[in-house]
Amino acid sequence: MIAHAETTPPARHPLVSFILRWVLTTNHKEIGTLYLCLSFTLFLIAGAMAMIFRAELAQPGLQFITADFYNQMLTLHGLIMVFGAVMPAFVGLANWMIPMMIGAPDMALPRLNNFSFWILPFAFFLLLSSLFMEGGAPNFGWTLYAPLSTTYGPPSTDFLIFGIHLMGISSILGAINIIVTIFNLRAPGMTLMKMPLFVWTWLVTAFLLIMAMPVLAGVVTMMLTDRHFGTSFFEASGGGDPLIFQHVFWFFGHPEVYIMILPGFGIASQIIPTFARKPLFGYASMVYATVAIAGLSFVVWGHHMFATGMPLAAELFFMYATMLIAVPTGVKVFNWVATMWRGSMTFETPMLFAIGFVVMFTIGGFSGLMLAITPADFQYHDTFFVVAHLHYVLYPGAIFATMGAVYYWLPKWTGNMYDERLGKIHFWSAVIGLNLTFFPMHFVGLAGMPRRIVDYALPYAGLNLFTTLGAWMLGLTQLLFLYIVIKTIRGGEKATDQVWESAEGLEWTVPSPAPHHTFDTPPRVE
Amino acid sequence: MDAEQTEWDREKVQAAVCSDAGLMTSQIVILKTLVARGMSSLAGNRRKGWLIAPVWWIFPNGASAQGWDMRAGVTEMSQQVQMLHHVSLWICTGVGIVVFGAMFYTIFAHRRSKHPEPATFHENTKIEVLWTLIPTLILVGMAVPATLTLRDIEDNSDADLTVLITGSQWKWHYQYTEADIGFYSNMTTPLEQINNIEPKGENYLMEVDNPLVIPTNLKVRFLMSSDDVIHSWWVPDFAVKQDAIPGFINEAWTRVDVPGIYRGQCTELCGMNHAFMPIVVEVLPEDEFLAWIEDQRIANELAGDAAVAARSREWTMAELMPMGEDVFLTHCATCHQPDGAGQGIKYPALAAALDPARVISTGPIEAHLDRVMNGLSETEMQAWAPQLSDVELAAVITYERNAWGNNTGDIVQPLTVYEAR
Repeated sequence: MIAHAETTPPARHPLVSFILRWVLTTNHKEIGTLYLCLSFTLFLIAGAMAMIFRAELAQPGLQFITADFYNQMLTLHGLIMVFGAVMPAFVGLANWMIPMMIGAPDMALPRLNNFSFWILPFAFFLLLSSLFMEGGAPNFGWTLYAPLSTTYGPPSTDFLIFGIHLMGISSILGAINIIVTIFNLRAPGMTLMKMPLFVWTWLVTAFLLIMAMPVLAGVVTMMLTDRHFGTSFFEASGGGDPLIFQHVFWFFGHPEVYIMILPGFGIASQIIPTFARKPLFGYASMVYATVAIAGLSFVVWGHHMFATGMPLAAELFFMYATMLIAVPTGVKVFNWVATMWRGSMTFETPMLFAIGFVVMFTIGGFSGLMLAITPADFQYHDTFFVVAHLHYVLYPGAIFATMGAVYYWLPKWTGNMYDERLGKIHFWSAVIGLNLTFFPMHFVGLAGMPRRIVDYALPYAGLNLFTTLGAWMLGLTQLLFLYIVIKTIRGGEKATDQVWESAEGLEWTVPSPAPHHTFDTPPRVE
Repeated sequence: MDAEQTEWDREKVQAAVCSDAGLMTSQIVILKTLVARGMSSLAGNRRKGWLIAPVWWIFPNGASAQGWDMRAGVTEMSQQVQMLHHVSLWICTGVGIVVFGAMFYTIFAHRRSKHPEPATFHENTKIEVLWTLIPTLILVGMAVPATLTLRDIEDNSDADLTVLITGSQWKWHYQYTEADIGFYSNMTTPLEQINNIEPKGENYLMEVDNPLVIPTNLKVRFLMSSDDVIHSWWVPDFAVKQDAIPGFINEAWTRVDVPGIYRGQCTELCGMNHAFMPIVVEVLPEDEFLAWIEDQRIANELAGDAAVAARSREWTMAELMPMGEDVFLTHCATCHQPDGAGQGIKYPALAAALDPARVISTGPIEAHLDRVMNGLSETEMQAWAPQLSDVELAAVITYERNAWGNNTGDIVQPLTVYEAR
């Protein structure tokens, strides 16, 4: 007889098994890689959108795109950068690093982990598909202010709402997973106050996500029912109030700002001690400052709304609360400088990105403090000064931190060292591009140029040209980053297990590249 | 690069930026200039011309009147706000010098080549308490003057004059509540300038047909609202920025000491033409302001008489068409396009040849009249009946029914419009 029982399953086509491997994976490292790849793809897409509208803004007059398409581009740029580039990048880093840093074999809920990633490509497919719909993509800014987004929003707004629901589910599930992992899977001896700062900041971030994302889901659901089911949450003629939208949105929105910053704080707190060859200064105060910032982030949302006609008492409360955030943030910056003080520093690419982060984030912090002064905010609000501020906070705080983290841990992930010379070129061209792009925005804003306008008066022409050239430089330089990462994955000088001579932490005790499963038996932490 | 060369470049750039014709060319000129400068700088050619040159690029019009900084403005409040801005800017600069100074010192002095043995300290309670307390004290110092100014800004009591400002896509409506005067204020920058066909004027995008007129030395209260989406009324020289929210009324006030013309813009994204919603305020001495109010009253009466005269006679196509074209280009063309082509589903075409199935301008006159006069709720198509006169409405509807090859031959008379009101 020829027939006999098969002992192995039939061989699949290699492409099929490749796809299935990535679709079905429950390994924290592979899911981390998926998150990082998606994040970088969306980063390039949203960056390309910025380059499109910056091209339009290079000169006064309308040259390349219509006013409506300009609004679509700036809306999608904001949404995709926030939800598609920054947040998944941090979740990707968390997936890769948190289990290795706390001595866990994997994330606590691996299947949930797979699910929370694979929701995302569909969410962004929905959002991006709106570009090809009749009436165009959402065109009311990433802040989705009603009634522009409800009564006046294009039909594709519903796709945006559904997309945001999906992103929210993904973030909440991811956050739950991270909290459960950190609380349950720490190696023996790894007390909370011994956790690396990156783990600490992510723990706090995960709580922010769980508290903030449902609020966003709530507010976009209210948009949906206002649009289709006859409610009037934001419609004055039906007894509603457009400002309710802003209050609820910013109640989510301000914690969201720290969701996009806190893991960056953690990354800088990992990198700087390594290259200063000196322990992190003020570990405990770093932890307390992180928690304080997270707590304050829930009581400052009104500073986005000073011009909406708030009563004096509310304006004063939000002004004082906002100014207060400068104290814990200042503590962090001082601690980083103190960590560097009398160290023995070298300046490999991760360190450059970390220092770039501290310097430019601090500049963003200064303009944030200025914006908190309510009377002055009446002049700054909704001008390019705000655009400069938020990009000085977010680009160094989120993007530089993520890139620094990638350079820092890439040898551990791939087993290969990246090209140090190219990494430095990438850093310096990004720093120059960033400052060329966003520094002039302070001045055009102070001179009186509102944000989100497709065309502007003649006095703003010169600085806008600078900004556009900087934006193109900043955008194109990220292709170099892509090249460096691919080059490192494909080969290069072999990395040691330790990688960086004075790096500390459990992740450096495992081989480079890190094996598929780390810590089958939990390590002991002194 | 010698002085002459710099001069030449400056003129080129000036011409390129302010001029107008052929913006693509001007961009190329600017790019070339920048590249040339960059190259010569890389080549180590550092002379004075290079150092000064950026200033010319940045303010090619000599527009330094706008400046790099927040303006002092022309009211007590705007000056106080500028002072607060400067105080916080200098405090931040001071803190920045200390922090970055320490940081760059340590980067320089404590690099491995200079400082091979790292210290091991990692906490110091005394200094940590200190750098929590000192910033707190600085913040209190900043909060006190800010609170005092804010209290003054929010004091809307005892106004001498009230103006109701209503935003709508994309114009402002000003009503003087005490004088029963009201008018719309539209941007007058022609589409040809925006589309780079004509040279851009001095006040490109910052000019309107009817500026808001207010007197000097009196406390003017603004009440803000909106007919559709949220707008925001901002005049930087007054430091007044207040959102105009549909269904709600916000308050702000100003007292201007210096007569003059002050310009601002809508600062809340309000749809497609958000960039084209300027604010112009003309501040007149008190006696001239009173005379202006009187003029407005008389003009209103004359307009009433003219309207009666207009609807009592037949108008010809030759009279209505040119007027209709003017009205169309001023009020309708930004959405429906000067050639009636429209833009996508939101702004339908009016030229029948482009969209025969849906075009309203070759359908029944009654429906066309209704749409123009009463608008379409929940869209950018607003009700024009309150904004335009009988003759203007008749002219623009006649124009739409006969321009771009529509050629219906229909003439809509002002009387018809009057009766449809």
